[in-house]
Amino acid sequence: MTVDRTLLGVAIFIASESVFFLAIVLAYVAYRDAGLATAKANLDIGRTAIFSIALFASSGTMALAARARSGTWLGATMALGAIFLVGQGSEYARLLGEGIGPGSALFGTTFFTLTGLHGIHVLAGLVALAALFTANLGRPRAVRAVAWEAVSFYWHFVDAVWVVVFSVVYLGTLL
Amino acid sequence: MTAIPLWVRRPAGERVGWLRTVDHKAIGVLYIGMGVAFFAVGGLEALLLRAQLATPEAGLVDPETFNQAFTVHGVTMILLAVVPLLVGFANYMVPLMIGAPDVAFPRLNALSFWLSLVGGVVLYFSFLAGGAPDTGWFSYAPLSERAFAPGTGVDYYILGLAVNGAGTIIGAINLSVTILLMRCPGMAISRVPLFVWMTLVTSVLILGAYPALTAALVMLLVDRQLSGHFFDPAGGGQAVLWQHLFWFFGHPEVYIMVLPAMGMISEVIPVFSRKPIFGYGFVAGSSVAIAFLSFGVWAHHMFAVGLGDTENAIFSATSMLIAIPTGVKIFNWIATMIGGRLRMTTAMLFAVGFIAMFVIGGLSGVSLAVVPIDLAVTDSYYVVAHLHYVLFGGTMLGIFAGAYYWFPKMTGRLLSERLGRWHFWLTFAGFNLTFLPQHWLGAVGMPRRVFTYAASTGWGPLNLISTIGAAILAIAMVVFFVNLVRSLRSGEIAGDDPWDAFTLEWSTTSPPPPENFATIPAVTGRRPLWDRKHPEARDKS
Repeated sequence: MTVDRTLLGVAIFIASESVFFLAIVLAYVAYRDAGLATAKANLDIGRTAIFSIALFASSGTMALAARARSGTWLGATMALGAIFLVGQGSEYARLLGEGIGPGSALFGTTFFTLTGLHGIHVLAGLVALAALFTANLGRPRAVRAVAWEAVSFYWHFVDAVWVVVFSVVYLGTLL
Repeated sequence: MTAIPLWVRRPAGERVGWLRTVDHKAIGVLYIGMGVAFFAVGGLEALLLRAQLATPEAGLVDPETFNQAFTVHGVTMILLAVVPLLVGFANYMVPLMIGAPDVAFPRLNALSFWLSLVGGVVLYFSFLAGGAPDTGWFSYAPLSERAFAPGTGVDYYILGLAVNGAGTIIGAINLSVTILLMRCPGMAISRVPLFVWMTLVTSVLILGAYPALTAALVMLLVDRQLSGHFFDPAGGGQAVLWQHLFWFFGHPEVYIMVLPAMGMISEVIPVFSRKPIFGYGFVAGSSVAIAFLSFGVWAHHMFAVGLGDTENAIFSATSMLIAIPTGVKIFNWIATMIGGRLRMTTAMLFAVGFIAMFVIGGLSGVSLAVVPIDLAVTDSYYVVAHLHYVLFGGTMLGIFAGAYYWFPKMTGRLLSERLGRWHFWLTFAGFNLTFLPQHWLGAVGMPRRVFTYAASTGWGPLNLISTIGAAILAIAMVVFFVNLVRSLRSGEIAGDDPWDAFTLEWSTTSPPPPENFATIPAVTGRRPLWDRKHPEARDKS
């Protein structure tokens, strides 16, 4: 079995990113009790769930895009990722309007750090998607197959992190 | 005539500048150059500290400068000197040792180096921007929070370490993929030179440890810049969380710094003993054990915090366990020398010096793993003595061994053995004179990081001895720099294989051509060059 060096590199990068997110999630969990009342009162699970579905669906469109090297499915992935970020932005605006920010109390500090860092990773993923999209638009034959797989790999990771964050932060308020 | 070429050649013959090079050898040299420069700066900071402490109630520097100097000294030596030196040698040597033309991702390699360097520059920019960080290299919260460190020093610490760490993480990805996928035909993972093994294990440690530091730095940044409460007890946060995250990085970092140096002496000792390493599998396997255990010992830095007796007992036990795989290695090296035809070159002197000094540092480490002893000497000069025996007596002597061993391969010229001996013995004497008395100072209660002390404490004489030792150490480093510069210009021509060595880097020219090897070699054992030179006595493994 031969392993592609680019994919192995991305896999190792994702492993190190996992340690990074693990530390941030652990900090959130460590302070969960202090912020639980604020979280229960202010997080809109239903609305975030809808935007989360957009992100989860984008993993499906990404898989289709990578399999067929399809610019159309890639565009759909970017649109779904952007919808997720719009949802996150509107949630931030609402919370900040209610006086909940990174400096207001422990909940705000941990919530904005964890979801914000994830959002930055989604944004980085969108940049990678856009780069792939542009390259594919210009000279599709020059884009190596591994580029599709590598970008797809990272996008699935960003998606998987949100499964954890959504469970811990949002579904956690139901416990 | 300049000895340092202005250009780096590419395999096609084209020449590119040092700023644009992606050649692993050139980037290795850049890393080593960065390490040497910051080692000099960090050394000058240490001399300033020792000068201030030479006599009681001295007023050479003010307390604020002293705080900045010990903080920046620690960060510099660990992250901007030792790690780049080790990564630099790995960058240069690993592809040569495994018979590869370059690393897996040459352009990413350049990015790693430049990020590491920019991180260091950002940290030092703090001096111009209103004051360097002054909270110690581990920057404990809440001291590092905005309320207690209102200047910008800690912010530059955060940014500098995060950027430098990103470079180190990317470098570790690159080196691990290189080692896993780019070995030449016949070079099974059970045949790679031990320096390569140590680099692989170190890369895994970097990938597990550095992201935890980055996470902690981000949280501190949120606290300082967005008025967050992660480590702010007044806002419900816990200062101890910083300590957990920092030492989850900080203790593996110790092994990140010492394992590659162990790899270096594992190359040097067999070659100068004319024997294969004793127990190759144990040297490699014990490193994996060390790496595994090193993620489970971080709270031994926190015995005095008050985590509780159960936690302290567990971390005390895991810390002592690490002494076992470490001890295994000591026996491997000694057994390699026993019955060998020893050639006491400068490289070998430093390698043997490593073993002796590292044993002292290791034993004081075991003593610190005993909770009651740690409680008595925590935050004292005993700890300072211990860590310098490990990091200078261990790592730096290992790096010097590697430097004397590989300098001829990298430059085509040998370092002077005569100056090398002066360098070794002055280092050995100066080092022990500096740090051995600090064990006593710590035992009688001198706290670390104090700016001065009263004459009535009686700590004056031992401090004076320590400072004299530091001055001798400084002279030793000057001798080394003179040796580097003179040998670079007019050292004896080395040839391809001056040490009659065992591994593939010595089978190519000195310095190697841009593509490393004219043809990709094929190997059948752990000592491919030995096999080629002595087909009748070929290794069986």
